[in-house]
Amino acid sequence: MKIEILGSGCKKCTNLAADVEQVAKGLALDFELEKVTDMTTILDYGVMSTPAIVINGVVMSAGNVPSHAEIELLLNQANNTQ
Amino acid sequence: MLIWFSVLADWLVYDLLGLSSQNQLGQAVHFFVEDTTKIFALLIVMIYAIGWLRASLNVERVRDYLSGKPKVVGYGLGSGFGAITPFCSCSSIPVFLGFTSAGIPIGITMAFLLTSPLINEVAILLLFSLLGLKVTLLYVLTGITIGILGGALLDLLKAERWLQPLAAKAYARGQLSTATAIPPGQSSTQAASTMGWQQRHQFAKSETVEIFGRVWKWVIIGVGIGAALHGFVPAGWLEANLGDGQWWSVPLAVLMGIPLYANATGVIPVLESLLLQGVPLGTTLAFCMSTVAVSFPEFVMLKQVMQWRLLALLFVLLLVSFTILGWVLNLV
Repeated sequence: MKIEILGSGCKKCTNLAADVEQVAKGLALDFELEKVTDMTTILDYGVMSTPAIVINGVVMSAGNVPSHAEIELLLNQANNTQ
Repeated sequence: MLIWFSVLADWLVYDLLGLSSQNQLGQAVHFFVEDTTKIFALLIVMIYAIGWLRASLNVERVRDYLSGKPKVVGYGLGSGFGAITPFCSCSSIPVFLGFTSAGIPIGITMAFLLTSPLINEVAILLLFSLLGLKVTLLYVLTGITIGILGGALLDLLKAERWLQPLAAKAYARGQLSTATAIPPGQSSTQAASTMGWQQRHQFAKSETVEIFGRVWKWVIIGVGIGAALHGFVPAGWLEANLGDGQWWSVPLAVLMGIPLYANATGVIPVLESLLLQGVPLGTTLAFCMSTVAVSFPEFVMLKQVMQWRLLALLFVLLLVSFTILGWVLNLV
């Protein structure tokens, strides 16, 4: 699956990217992770509060850094609908 | 209730550390201990309480609410929401673009973004506990007024002329379609209106941890400077040099505030000392607003969506309004 972390590159966004990567590895998912800082892309997703998690083109969370358990839930959810 | 912090400081500083209440060092340390403990306790309680109340408010809902509102009420609403909506300053750009592409006029968006750093729960709480109700109300009113007038002025000048291509595209998109420009299903990814107790608690808790983690060191620095001013600058020296009657002291305070980029948490404890030393209220508040609202990193970030001309205009606008504010408040 394709995971994108949207954000301007602030500390929260870097933290979130690291968290998501760790959880996804823990779940042994097949994934690629990309950090998106380009504002046009962020705007196209309709996201206003960063950091946000986008999985396979769908905005899963925005404006906060979810806990590991919540990230796991999001990843499983996206994995099942694939 | 707040007297307990003074009692605590008495005990710690005079009894435990054995410092004298008569000399400057003892007084400065006492001031420092009393203020830091008081501010820390208030911060934790208040950030949690406010987080609880505003858990279900987010920029997406504000945008949906503001789009399509007439300008006359829009500036006031934008400024008011700017004061209460929680959002990280690193989100300023996406918020600007998101509002603009939803067809919200630049002025209303800027009213939101201008008021946001000036007025926040931490600033209000500190002002209220350290400087009292009157100063807090004055501060909030002037902050909101600056947001409203700044926004209205930018619209009058047709500020949308000076956007960067990226933002101009968002603006064009917003003008094409009206309030329905928001793609359905994307408007609120976070669970919206109905929030349970558990979720509110979670949000309030994480806000408290996050904000406190960010500001505690500023409190220590701010109170430290305040304590030094309190204990070591001779009484009357500041008053004599920055007191009433010197018109230039207000613009000077505003200019000094620019490079001193701190957040409100660090500045307000310093204000307390400045006021105690006899610096007039207008000069003090102008200094505070300039420090909090005008920062170079923030302006460099806005460069992504605004051309230099608009940025410069904004910069001058803020400096002039803080100066006028200072003069007016010094008169009353």
